Amino acid sequence: MSSTGIALRQVSFEQRSFWRNPASAFFAFLFPIIFLVVFATLFKGQRVQIGSVQTSYDDYYIPALVAFGVMGACFTNIAITLSLRRDNGILKRLRGTPLPPWAFIAGVVGSSIIVSIVLALLTTVFGILVYGVHVPQHIGAAAATIGVGALAFCALGMAMTIVIPNAEAAPAIVNGVFLPIVFISGTFFPVASTSILAQIAEWFPVRHFINAMFTAFDPAHQSGSGFNGTDLLMMAAWGAGAVVLSVLRFRWEPRKS
Amino acid sequence: MTAIVVDGLRKSYGAVEAVRGVSFHVDEGEVFGLLGPNGAGKTTIIEILEGYRTRDAGDVTVLGVDPRTGGRKLRERVGLVLQEAAVPPMLSVTELVELYRGYYPSPRPAAEIIELVGLTEKAGERVRKLSGGQQRRLDVALGLVGDPELIFLDEPTTGFDPSARRAAWEVVRNMRTLGKTIVLTTHYMDEAQYLADRICVIAAGLVVAQGTPETLRAGTDQVTHIRFELRNGVAVATLPLKARIEGGVAIIETATPTRALNELTTWALAQGLELPNLEVARPSLEDVYLELTKNE
Repeated sequence: MSSTGIALRQVSFEQRSFWRNPASAFFAFLFPIIFLVVFATLFKGQRVQIGSVQTSYDDYYIPALVAFGVMGACFTNIAITLSLRRDNGILKRLRGTPLPPWAFIAGVVGSSIIVSIVLALLTTVFGILVYGVHVPQHIGAAAATIGVGALAFCALGMAMTIVIPNAEAAPAIVNGVFLPIVFISGTFFPVASTSILAQIAEWFPVRHFINAMFTAFDPAHQSGSGFNGTDLLMMAAWGAGAVVLSVLRFRWEPRKS
Repeated sequence: MTAIVVDGLRKSYGAVEAVRGVSFHVDEGEVFGLLGPNGAGKTTIIEILEGYRTRDAGDVTVLGVDPRTGGRKLRERVGLVLQEAAVPPMLSVTELVELYRGYYPSPRPAAEIIELVGLTEKAGERVRKLSGGQQRRLDVALGLVGDPELIFLDEPTTGFDPSARRAAWEVVRNMRTLGKTIVLTTHYMDEAQYLADRICVIAAGLVVAQGTPETLRAGTDQVTHIRFELRNGVAVATLPLKARIEGGVAIIETATPTRALNELTTWALAQGLELPNLEVARPSLEDVYLELTKNE
């Protein structure tokens, strides 16, 4: 079978495993939708200042939530799922078959990207229809941003498993790292770039992802291309670092006590 | 032909020498039992053969290749049933077997493999709905689906009920009939006795005995036990042979059981005694094993 065929079959396996598992489907999928309804209702009609731009809260929040959904489907999902599979021996067994490691990784990443795309579409359409947000100004830039973000956060999810000692600890460690950064990065409410929180968040990829999504959605028509090179580069750099770490240190076997 | 050659294998974890110079070989088409207490080093040996661990010293070939460098080509020819490995829970039995079939160049038909491990009735069931024993049998199926030449079975029947164990034994026997080479580890001596053509006992990182189950049981310092209950007012001092008493049972250890039995029964007849629950037993494989590994 061709390499593409092997990878596609792994994607299909991952997709079935994902959608048939109520827990993963719920956390990756319904979670962002619930956040959407809660926060969009809470801050309905408010105006927010993003840099030099004034915009409605929802016009800020929808692209931020698209980024949040992608991060959940990629980073959180991969870090927790792979820790679990490593602990119960599924990864070790797989490593003993002729399946090439890259094909396995391609399956996991491909499946997370599919979930990310579905989630991004759903969030955006929901935002447009229910909360009256602007149709994204730069569709190509939005797609590219989702692509870069998804790949970077998939890599970060894999790298995260390196520091997770066992499956029981996975959710606590993953959310313990992820959620504080999500909050200070202004996912649910914009954080002024002059504030100390924002300056800390500048060092991490989450704020850059949200900025890049907002630039691509561009509700105030102030960006020419919808791309912000710095944001994309910063995400890509984190992703590349995570790839290097994963190649060096990813474990297929449970840690021996 | 030789399927596996291990010569002077050594492996340390930090200061602990887990394997201290182990040599054995496995012939093509035989069932080879690797026995030993927990911590004796057998998992380390198996994992080196499977390609999961590197070795510190010694020569190892598996199907003519060094498992350290055999890579994908070797993994296509070897089936693994690991000691502890879950199966992805969300797929059905058939879906999972089909997925694994796709990993191998010339797999066996899915229905045949599912039948072989007795899961035909559960073929459409999600894996998470199977019992522990059924999941373990699925595990075995996944190890066999690629039609491997060599199969590692690491404690394949741990946790099985007796009938499931018998069924699993038949699966192993069938694989042997098909000409597969099988390396088996187990804690059950009856399993080793029933399945293994040859046995290698490991203790404290060394080979302490090797041979067929029969030759191991016929080991030189092992003796036959004659047992009977000491009743009817018989005093141990009056017996014609030296015996020890354990829980009201007299045990005579002898290297010449025919002569000893003759002396004993002649004496009993002369006394007009019946010896209750008279038993003549060669040491079981388990006795031999416990003797070999008692210093662990």
